[in-house]
Amino acid sequence: MGKDSRLILDPLADNNPITIQVLGICSALAITAELEASIVMSISVLFVLGVGNVVISLMRNIIPSKIRIIVQLIVVATLVIIVDLVLKAFAYELSKTLSVFVGLIITNCIIMGRFEAFALGNGPWRSFLDGIGNALGYGIILIIVGFFRELLGSGTLLGFPVLGDPIEKTGLYALGYENNGFMLLSPMALIVVGIIIWVQRTRNKALIED
Amino acid sequence: MGLKQNLHNFKEKNKDKKWLPGFNALFTFLYMPNETTHNGTHIKAADDLKRTMNTVIMALVPCLIFGMFNAGYQHYLTQGLIESADGFLGASFWTWDNFVIGLWKVLPLVIVSYGVGLAVEFIFAIIKGHEVEEGYLVTGMLVPLIVPVDIPLWMLAVAVVFGVVIGKEVFGGTGMNILNPALTIRAFLFFAYPTWMSGDKVWIHGAVERDQAIAAGQNLDAISGETILGTLAQNKEVGYNVMDMFYGIIPGSVGETSTLLILLGALFLIFTKIGSWRIMLSSVIGALVMGLIFNGVVSSGWITESSKFYGLMSTEFWHHLLIGGFAFGTVFMATDPVTASQTTKGKWIYGFLVGFISIMIRVFNPAYPEGVMLAILLMNVFAPTIDHYVVQGNVKKRMKRVKVKTA
Repeated sequence: MGKDSRLILDPLADNNPITIQVLGICSALAITAELEASIVMSISVLFVLGVGNVVISLMRNIIPSKIRIIVQLIVVATLVIIVDLVLKAFAYELSKTLSVFVGLIITNCIIMGRFEAFALGNGPWRSFLDGIGNALGYGIILIIVGFFRELLGSGTLLGFPVLGDPIEKTGLYALGYENNGFMLLSPMALIVVGIIIWVQRTRNKALIED
Repeated sequence: MGLKQNLHNFKEKNKDKKWLPGFNALFTFLYMPNETTHNGTHIKAADDLKRTMNTVIMALVPCLIFGMFNAGYQHYLTQGLIESADGFLGASFWTWDNFVIGLWKVLPLVIVSYGVGLAVEFIFAIIKGHEVEEGYLVTGMLVPLIVPVDIPLWMLAVAVVFGVVIGKEVFGGTGMNILNPALTIRAFLFFAYPTWMSGDKVWIHGAVERDQAIAAGQNLDAISGETILGTLAQNKEVGYNVMDMFYGIIPGSVGETSTLLILLGALFLIFTKIGSWRIMLSSVIGALVMGLIFNGVVSSGWITESSKFYGLMSTEFWHHLLIGGFAFGTVFMATDPVTASQTTKGKWIYGFLVGFISIMIRVFNPAYPEGVMLAILLMNVFAPTIDHYVVQGNVKKRMKRVKVKTA
């Protein structure tokens, strides 16, 4: 059991797909301006990676090695289309916000990376745990970045105005506070991810590369 | 036993304490430390980092003083309290009233800039356990000069923290930074709080409050303090003559309006060999070339008055040197020895592109009238690449010579 729990816990911190392996950066920069979008994106990747890892793991002995990338792509594409259709059906506004980035989950390096590195060589249960762990590690960074960007950039959290009303000048805004427009631009997401990487490596010196 | 000895003993006693670098920084500001070389001196150089920085600050002081007068002058002019605008040598400019208003508005900017910036430097020095570096001395003086006079102080403080930490400390502190910290601070303000960094209200003290009062229903005349670049970008006529632009009696950031005083600062920097004349000259050439190209486009009839670029494109090419922050950026920011190119040939290329791109951004993107800021930041990023190719080119040339000899 100890070994299995590591599959979930490692990607959350010391082997995080975003801050340590620096994978899946595109979507982390593009859709984290709002916390809600970050959460939905995380859940989508959780579903795709969890199910995809199990499917690939089940098929791992019958996939010819020469065409394995194509097979993996078909599995991801199928799962992503399911996610896309579900979002369009039940959260149309949000799927507009996420726009092309739901489709681009297909090209998320984390997913192909886990298929290649883990699911092809391990059983379904361990693959499932690995998928869930990496998706959570991805999601936790997305949610941290989304939290700060929405709070400082728009003054809201999940659309709820936590800092007061910027037009009516209530709450913090009465004191002269203003939203930081830079937070809503993608470069700031890169800087926030950078700061997370910085803090993480300062706390755990073993993670610093030469 | 004097104060100095007491302080020194205090230092010896607390050798292992974490906060010692902070103490040392203050100590060396007051006294020369006791740890001097005991043997003969080997290298004698008068210009250490502190001396270099102080020279730049001295070159900036005229701009700062002028900025204070100008802030007050523009304020009273738009309030209608100064009737006749009689220019640089006129009696209504160098008045005590103008200076007091300017001092009242600009001094807090200087204090916040230095206070916050040095606090960040101290904290990092203590965490990292090295001596406090002097790197912030010049940045701290540049920052108040390149922001609008009415910028809220807390915004400035946030930007300074961002600029010093992300622009400098993450790269390893003074001398290791890729981007000019002062411009990083300005760029942060520009993108984070655009309403306070552009438009026709922020450049003159009191214009924003006047605007709010009018919105609240008070019967007042609105103030329009559009900068020249802003006016040109809207294809409107500019109400200032060339001498006003040269002397700097125009709305703008605190210390960047007076081309005359910037020129004096430039001569001082060149004379003391602190600033690179190559970068300044090539940057001016670059700007003039771009300006001439635009003028040529207009005179050949490709662009007509209906074009949204007409106002800035038809500006006489040498006016570009006088308006906006171009002169200030070229003299004081592009020449920053840490972030500029290091090689001689590289400096010419770097400077030329700074000028060239500044004017290009200024004309083609009216949303970012201050092209010089973005141009310098962009070229900061490319400076190491330019140097690399200059050095490699030199190596190749010499290798050829070697081959010819051996053959």
